[in-house]
Amino acid sequence: MNEIILNSHNKNLIRKKRLWNLFLIIMILLGILISSKVIDINSTRLIDGFPRLGDYINQILPSLETPSLLLDAKSEGSIAYWYFNLPNYLKLLFETFNMALLATIIGSSIALILSFLAAKNTAPNLLTYFITRRVLEFFRGVPEIIFAILFVWALGVGPIAGIIAMIIHTTGALGKLFSEVHENSDDKPIEALKSSGGNWLSEMKFGLIPQVLPNLISYILLRFEINIRASTILGFVGAGGIGQELYLVINFNYYEEVSAIILLIIFTVISIDLFSGYLRKNIIEADND
Amino acid sequence: MTDNEILSTHAKIFFPIWKRSPIKILSIVSIFLYLVFSINYFNFSINDFISGFTKMKPVIASMITWNDFFSWNFYSIFTGILQTLAMAFLGTIAASIVSIPLGLFASRQVIKITLPRFFIRRFLDFIRGIDILIWALIFVRAFGLGPLSGVLAIFVADTGTLSKLYSEAADNSSNKQIEGVISSGSNKLSTIRFGLIPQVLPIFISQSLYFFESNSRSAVILGIVGAGGIGLQLSERMKAQYWDQAFFIILLILIMVAIIDRLSRKLREKLINE
Repeated sequence: MNEIILNSHNKNLIRKKRLWNLFLIIMILLGILISSKVIDINSTRLIDGFPRLGDYINQILPSLETPSLLLDAKSEGSIAYWYFNLPNYLKLLFETFNMALLATIIGSSIALILSFLAAKNTAPNLLTYFITRRVLEFFRGVPEIIFAILFVWALGVGPIAGIIAMIIHTTGALGKLFSEVHENSDDKPIEALKSSGGNWLSEMKFGLIPQVLPNLISYILLRFEINIRASTILGFVGAGGIGQELYLVINFNYYEEVSAIILLIIFTVISIDLFSGYLRKNIIEADND
Repeated sequence: MTDNEILSTHAKIFFPIWKRSPIKILSIVSIFLYLVFSINYFNFSINDFISGFTKMKPVIASMITWNDFFSWNFYSIFTGILQTLAMAFLGTIAASIVSIPLGLFASRQVIKITLPRFFIRRFLDFIRGIDILIWALIFVRAFGLGPLSGVLAIFVADTGTLSKLYSEAADNSSNKQIEGVISSGSNKLSTIRFGLIPQVLPIFISQSLYFFESNSRSAVILGIVGAGGIGLQLSERMKAQYWDQAFFIILLILIMVAIIDRLSRKLREKLINE
């Protein structure tokens, strides 16, 4: 008897699960159908495109030849010939790096100040809390490249526009994360300071900051990684950095330089990710000790 | 305790600040020096800055006064929004489908030998190192202007990241279920199907949903390099200095992103509870 009930219950469960899965699959297929209609994907364009993509990748790859691989920049097929413009690239990479670093420093400083206003436990009143939150939402909701277009128009082509765009976005993103860290902090040290007569500044400085600092630094480092990536592309709209050069060589079809620059960017991004990941790991471990 | 006793027992606290926390002083000084350096490096001049921002005053004013609101081309704006969503959806679905086998092959739960895993992982690192906007630029070269290039850019860039996340999810799965399935005499394929997939599928789906969210943001900017969607409408209007329409589009984007965030969070919670 029990077995029969169990079996029928089991069957019911399986049927329910299958219906749910069927429903999901139909929804996804429907979504694919509608989306393809909306953006008008036609198969001929797709099929025509792939050989052209192959051609393009073939063209941007350098034509290195083994006998002349290590010769100087004047002989075709050597690495030096491929990277003949390396000094210029390095200069631009250094600019890209500095854009990201400066934007991270200034952005996180502003974010730190605003985060006190945007955290429930440290905000002076509800109105400031509400307004700061909305402002931060706007700052991080608008993609930085949109800000960059605006500032390139106002301040002219160059890295300053990109830096300001990144500062705004960094402030928005970090301000929110910082305020959440503040909200999750322990309020006992703050109350202890309050009861011993500390003012607001000393409550924050001695009660809150020591608790949250490792988290803040780890977020800042993560943001630095993101900003490095962002600063490589802000040049597409004229906001400085190596992106400007990449945009130029792609549009003017300087094929081999495209791969040269992309490889340099990948190398930079990955090595900074690794370095910052190492630092973050150490900070978190030191915090746990 | 007298003051002197306190001083002698906790001498360290009363050291001058450069002795107490040299790292703190060092980092503050170096940040300060760096700021001075970068003012020189970027040729930062306060005059350019002021003139730039006075130039922006009328812009901000025109952003919030919508005079000829009813004559705007709403059809192209809302088509742009729809296109952006469709691009994000198709790109995420395609990337998720490709990422399932790639992610599994990059996981040590599936392939025990290190070498193939190593190559797949380096390949994924390489893909992830190239920003989505660079992918879009390359695809625009091959497939022409339009949302198709945007879908492909999202697809490729996401495959790099999703496969990595999928493989990490598979790495973190528990061995018990897998061993249970093996001990009942299953072959390799059904071990993965019944031992591993049920554990990781909810994680896969919730990560894909999360990526749909973030793609609806990044699909916005793809239009700037000509890969379709609302970004194209936005950057055209910014170039033509129709700031009021541009600001309207930005507001629409913010609303769209907020709605998607909320929907996807609801859906994720439901899926995890299933």
